[in-house]
Amino acid sequence: MGTLARLSWLELKLFLREPLTVVFSLALPLIILFVLGGVFGNEPSRPGEQLVYRGVGAMDYYVPAYLSLVVASVCVMSIPTHLAGNRERGVLKRFHASSVGALAVAGAEVVVAFVLSTVSAVLLLVAAALVYDFDRPDSVLGVIGGFVFVTVGFAAFGILLGSVLPTARAAQAVGMVIWFVMLFLGGAGPPPEVLTGAMQTMLDLTPLWHAVKVMQDVWLGLDPGLSWLVFAGIAVVSATLGVYFFRWE
Amino acid sequence: MTPVVEVEHLEKRYGSFVAVEDVSFTVDAGEIFGILGPNGSGKTTTVECLQGLRRADGGRLSVLGHDPRREAERLRRRIGSQLQESALPERLKVSEALSFFSSLSPSGTDWETVMEQWGLAEKRSATFASLSGGQQQRLFVALALVNEPELVFLDEMTTGLDPASRRVAWDLIRRIRDGGATVILVTHFMDEAENLCDRIAVIDDKRVVAVDTPTGLIDTYAPDAVVAFSTDETDLTFLERLDEVDAVERSGRHVSVTGSGALLAMVAAELVGHGLAPTDLRVERADLEDVFLQLTTREQ
Ligand SMILES: Nc1ncnc2c1ncn2[C@@H]1O[C@H](COP(=O)(O)OP(=O)(O)O)[C@@H](O)[C@H]1O
Ligand SMILES: [Mg+2]
Repeated sequence: MGTLARLSWLELKLFLREPLTVVFSLALPLIILFVLGGVFGNEPSRPGEQLVYRGVGAMDYYVPAYLSLVVASVCVMSIPTHLAGNRERGVLKRFHASSVGALAVAGAEVVVAFVLSTVSAVLLLVAAALVYDFDRPDSVLGVIGGFVFVTVGFAAFGILLGSVLPTARAAQAVGMVIWFVMLFLGGAGPPPEVLTGAMQTMLDLTPLWHAVKVMQDVWLGLDPGLSWLVFAGIAVVSATLGVYFFRWE
Repeated sequence: MTPVVEVEHLEKRYGSFVAVEDVSFTVDAGEIFGILGPNGSGKTTTVECLQGLRRADGGRLSVLGHDPRREAERLRRRIGSQLQESALPERLKVSEALSFFSSLSPSGTDWETVMEQWGLAEKRSATFASLSGGQQQRLFVALALVNEPELVFLDEMTTGLDPASRRVAWDLIRRIRDGGATVILVTHFMDEAENLCDRIAVIDDKRVVAVDTPTGLIDTYAPDAVVAFSTDETDLTFLERLDEVDAVERSGRHVSVTGSGALLAMVAAELVGHGLAPTDLRVERADLEDVFLQLTTREQ
């Protein structure tokens, strides 16, 4: 077993020892589904109305969008706080002195984010299937591939935040702000068609909106648009800057 | 035999602030080499440059034959580090920490033995956050040893230990050396340096001001001894005539004679020769503390 595998396993065990975080992580997809779904997405669109939800039913729109949203939650709120906190407390320095590489540290964040996101996603899908009626995925393999793509991309974004922000407190605050902005202006909250002017510009600037479209494209079998490229670009830029800004202490 | 560590004119800046200006010394295999100096004098910066954890700005460094600036990765596998400031995840257990850090060595090592030697066996399932300061400190030293290093850096390792644990730690440090490793011990405790170290570099204000054995330092920088006794005899001019004696001071019955060399023997002989035999005759030799005060000029 390599350092990455060992460190990932260790981090997962540590995560499970934080009962509050575990409860929050498990509750989050359900809150997203039932609270957000209750506010924005219970009504099926009727013919003749303004075209919203990219022209599909509300829940068909929201279920894949929420998959991207749970990934964003894990990567934007947990990873930066964890990474910055470990640097602030001197944990990273301890790892560094014992030859744990930066790739192992970052890789373990990605693995943990992937596991948490997957658990959240499965929970969300099961709960959604029990309560709502929505289209089954156009291609299960496509959905899995899209999910991995979105998770790795968002994890890179989270690692960048964790590398740039000096303290756990700063990372938590900034992560929260970004998450809320993305929640309201990232296509997983109010339908994008109702956002106007500056909000529409914000929409195009949020990584979440592109991740939402990626998941919807694979779920609904839509033609893949530019969002794939944009999101891949965000991921590559984040990873590059993350490497540049990464500090052990 | 080539030295384990060679440092020449090490220089390190943080931005425009110079933290280490001119540090040179060599460390031989099998030594316990002390780096002694007041807080802020640049000790930690020096050893972190040697471990490749910080990048030296100037000077020539060689550690186990590696240049820490270019071969930090290879170097770090051969050394053990106890850092002055570091931490572990709060909920990580002692046994998990040791087995994880042990697994980083290609061969894997016997971390259970290290755990027992450092008195952590009964804490094996305790989390890092639940350990006392002294236990955390011992865990860090154990982590520094778990890769079976050839050279061990200990930075203020006994800070936070109670006096009994410090003695135990000193024995264990000697055992590290007896096991064949070289030890570089950073400390600001005089007694620790004097008791443990074969040689000491005294750092003050960003530079090395002296390198020698503890007794060598004392002989050079604080050679004076003080012989003290009590007597009713008022005429002690015969003592002042001795070569070894620099000064005789008295206050009431108490006399203190300052001098160097074989002061005690000469004073004792002279006293007996004059029919005086004080029962409280004693010598107070200078220790490293006096050397330190002599060498470190800064106001504290
Ligand atoms: N990362 C850093 N950035 C800026 N200044 C630092 C940093 N680390 C140490 N210093 C400064 O460098 C000087 C030497 O510090 P240090 O090497 O830790 O001394 P010592 O270990 O002897 O107490 C101190 O004045 C300290 O404040
Ligand atoms: Mg220090």
